[in-house]
Amino acid sequence: MTASQPLPQIPGTYPFDGELARRGYALNKMCFSFNSANNRAEFLRDEEAYMDKYGLTEPQAAAIRAKNVLQLLDAGGNAYYLAKFAGIFGLDMQDIGAQQTGMSKEQFKAMLVAAGQ
Amino acid sequence: MATLIGGLGTSHVPAIGGAIHKGLQQEAYWKPFFDGYPPVQRWLAEKKPDVVVILYNDHGLNFFLDKMPTFAVGAAEVYNNADEGWGIPTLPPFKGNVDLSWHIINHLVDKEFDITTCQEMLVDHACTMPLKLFWPEGACPVTMVPICINTVQFPLPKPERVYALGRAVGEAIASWDSDQKVAVIASGGLSHQLEGERAGFLNKEFDLQFMESLVSNPEWATQFSNHELVEKTGSQGIELLMWLAMRASLAVGSTPGVRKVHSHYHIPISNTAAGLIALEKF
Repeated sequence: MTASQPLPQIPGTYPFDGELARRGYALNKMCFSFNSANNRAEFLRDEEAYMDKYGLTEPQAAAIRAKNVLQLLDAGGNAYYLAKFAGIFGLDMQDIGAQQTGMSKEQFKAMLVAAGQ
Repeated sequence: MATLIGGLGTSHVPAIGGAIHKGLQQEAYWKPFFDGYPPVQRWLAEKKPDVVVILYNDHGLNFFLDKMPTFAVGAAEVYNNADEGWGIPTLPPFKGNVDLSWHIINHLVDKEFDITTCQEMLVDHACTMPLKLFWPEGACPVTMVPICINTVQFPLPKPERVYALGRAVGEAIASWDSDQKVAVIASGGLSHQLEGERAGFLNKEFDLQFMESLVSNPEWATQFSNHELVEKTGSQGIELLMWLAMRASLAVGSTPGVRKVHSHYHIPISNTAAGLIALEKF
């Protein structure tokens, strides 16, 4: 198999490849900027102006407004950079996991614990 | 020549840094994780490495998608941690070992690894957290050489390529003209997946098989493609590539065997299957 042939789909899994990296560049660049406390504060002061500054596409901006992780992924977001966005709102990985899987946070945490049994 | 004493593998999760900072090691959630570390700490206290080579993956602190090296080797006198945006405390600077950095760089390029060299490099929790887990008290007693392997943007380097890199790092350490003792640390994994409808995926059976393979059959994981490893271990479980490179670094010299000093496995820490292993080279 050559690299240009599509790999078999892994359900519910989206390896962050060149296609996603291209689609998500502006979104990920904005999220990368959230390493800086000043930038996080600037975003919170005026989210729309901050998104304009980074040139987010409309689907990216809509996904940011909705804080919808699956939409953010579809818009090319990478998990590591999106985590910096989630951190602004104090969301942890179980909040994010619960949202993506349609579970409550308690159900999601119970699923993790069960995997260790 | 320098002495390569062995290798260590540990998971990294940002929340661990918060737990250390808040002193939560004995709390019910954290105790089963932190209880894995004292035997390894004692082994390190006995062996007293002077330098560690740390194989890790950056999570968007030093590297962004504008420039994403597949393999990057640090060559700095000092490595600074910095705000990663998710609220964990920033750690004091760590001392580099520039002599070993350049010896490794020269050897890797000679072996046809087209690496990126970094005389300035911010190091994130993946690089710094193992040092706090292995040496929890006081100042860090070792200097370091960080080696970052891209697991952010696919295509990632193939498992057999990562294994070959690890071997070359081991050769470089073994041929370093120094009386210092060196350990190799892998930071990453084991199974976990942060994103998508499959978020929360864990695979205990595979993880335990992988950890066992490191003792007896170090090239076992190279039979899989990265795509297969993502399927078996989750999108971020692919960080086990660090462990593969660490083990490969020990498979050099006339006595390429290892003795397992200690291993530990606990699910979950955050969304991650937390693994720990210490291997002594003999």
